[in-house]
Amino acid sequence: MGDSDTLVDVRQLTVDFGPARKPVRAVDGVDLSLKKGETVALLGESGSGKSVTLRTLLRLHPKSARTGGTVAVDGRDVLAMSAAELAAYRGRTVSMIFQDPGLAFDPVYRVGDQIAEAVKRHDGVSLAEGRKRALELFERVRIPSPERRLDNYPHEMSGGMRQRAMIALALACRPKVLLADEPTTALDATVQIQVLLLIRELQRELGLGVIFVTHDIGVAVEVADRIAVMYGGRIVEMGSCATVIRKPAHPYTRGLLTSRAGHAAQKGSRLVAIPGAPPDLANLPPGCAFAPRCPEVADGCLQTVPAPVPLDTGHFACCFRVSASSAPKELRRAIA
Amino acid sequence: MNVIVDTMKPVGDVDRGGEATALLSVRSLVKHFGSNSGLLARTRTVVRAVDGVDFDVMKGETLGIVGESGCGKSTTARLVMQIIKPDQGEILFDGEAVGSSALGLNDFRKQTQMVFQDSYASLNPRLTVEDTISFGPRVHGLPRKAAISRAHDLLHRVGLEPSRFAGRYPHEISGGQRQRINIARGLALEPRLLILDEAVSALDKSVEAQVLNLLLDLKDEFGLTYIFISHDLNVVRFMSDRVMVMYLGKVAEVGPSEQIFTTPRHPYTEALLASMPSMDPDNRTQEAPISGDPPNPINPPPGCRFHTRCRFVTALCAHAEPPLHDVGGEHFAACHLANPASGHPRLAAA
Repeated sequence: MGDSDTLVDVRQLTVDFGPARKPVRAVDGVDLSLKKGETVALLGESGSGKSVTLRTLLRLHPKSARTGGTVAVDGRDVLAMSAAELAAYRGRTVSMIFQDPGLAFDPVYRVGDQIAEAVKRHDGVSLAEGRKRALELFERVRIPSPERRLDNYPHEMSGGMRQRAMIALALACRPKVLLADEPTTALDATVQIQVLLLIRELQRELGLGVIFVTHDIGVAVEVADRIAVMYGGRIVEMGSCATVIRKPAHPYTRGLLTSRAGHAAQKGSRLVAIPGAPPDLANLPPGCAFAPRCPEVADGCLQTVPAPVPLDTGHFACCFRVSASSAPKELRRAIA
Repeated sequence: MNVIVDTMKPVGDVDRGGEATALLSVRSLVKHFGSNSGLLARTRTVVRAVDGVDFDVMKGETLGIVGESGCGKSTTARLVMQIIKPDQGEILFDGEAVGSSALGLNDFRKQTQMVFQDSYASLNPRLTVEDTISFGPRVHGLPRKAAISRAHDLLHRVGLEPSRFAGRYPHEISGGQRQRINIARGLALEPRLLILDEAVSALDKSVEAQVLNLLLDLKDEFGLTYIFISHDLNVVRFMSDRVMVMYLGKVAEVGPSEQIFTTPRHPYTEALLASMPSMDPDNRTQEAPISGDPPNPINPPPGCRFHTRCRFVTALCAHAEPPLHDVGGEHFAACHLANPASGHPRLAAA
């Protein structure tokens, strides 16, 4: 299972929800690895399977969900863990920050106490020790007047500060992997960039592995070393951040980039939109999930799911239209 | 297509004031929300959601409104739409005061419609698509048959096949399609002004572009005027002729879209633009342009509302509120630095 630097190794992950007779396949054969100190962004629209993939790493699905494939984190099989092992693993090896920190905190306990409790539970120290660690963390995530803020209830904090507190909680037990599920989507623009920079800084200083789920390409570019583009429960393209942005190979990735109302879009002109709607996971087409919307669709696309085509070091796209020899020309596009 | 043209002919709401009259003029608009908080609700707190806002929307243009949560952009839209009553201020539509004898609320609402962010919550779950779209015209006196036929025409226009969609319920269709239906409903009364309040924000990126294109097409086709509210600066830049930047219930800056985006004159606008992700993996943003969250509109800072986060702040900013100053080319900024006569020390140094 890879070299010792590999923190996360996901192979052929499938996640099904709903009744066995008519399952909804939310994740369909995802391979994903994460090295120490690396940030991978999972980029996709609603229903693309990005959050479900992320939650599988902490086994946060309801009991009715059926998971297939293997998930190894820090050399351990996550899918085989007992309840007790899982409780020790969550927060200690892998922890997570969510889109809405208002929902992730318990509203009736002081934020500082919630962090102290997590430290006490995992490190076996006293509550006072836990408080000390909480204060340290609040300083670390740069919450102003941290001592006073420890005694706040979640509702007494602004959105940006709550997200900082959430990050402090997530880092309380010195995890190796941080999972971030759209952590800046609910924040204002001027606050979003602050939180992105904070995550980047902490990632670098603590040597964390980060998996960052987002629907916003701009956000992915700000934080990620590698980007995995998801569509219909599968990773359709993966590569270094610069490669995916500058030499997108999959028609879906290209469509996402050209349909952006960015700098280059001329006033009064029309955007190059991707036609159609995202797929219904209960009724995925037999072939490539993007085929019904693809401008380059061919007969074969409708029958078979395309396998990953390696294009460059670490860059692949799952599309019959790309081949290793004819790597796509650089997309000439002024990028905002 | 012939049938479509017949039922969609322009109605009697002709251009009264002429081209030079703004379609919408808003003057000194104020809305405060009061609530009692604290122990036994004895403390009276006032949210100054909109606190003295003036703007015009010219005929045929798109005015973009940007700002962060709590800046009052949605409240402004709701006030214009008369969904909530302003505490103070005047709203003129094509030169007539809204609610006056010359322009009653019914007439005004026929000419101004709104599309909301949540495409699902803003549709009645028990009405089919055609009933939803034809509801307004029927209320305003159009016979059922004509209203249904207009609904079918509109479905065509927004890119949905009437034979497939007319009989469906909101839960049976996707988010992008639902937002198209909201737009069709907004157009059913043949309005002149359409207020789009975060109308594409909940859509997936690949669908967002389709809806933006549709809005541009419809604007050309029906000669509409838009107020386009969004927190997404890229989208606002693409859609708008002029842009108004709001901060804590006030207008910080307003002017032609390209000027706002290329030569902003208010430090807040500058910070907002600098906060946009760079989209360049080799030149990522290194430093956040401003720190902290926007202050609470319950107790907005005195003086310039932005002074608590502004890097050019001086004593002047903390007590004197800068009015919107004309910086030339229809571009106005509410900053002492934009006004050479304000006495801001940085101006003397320059």
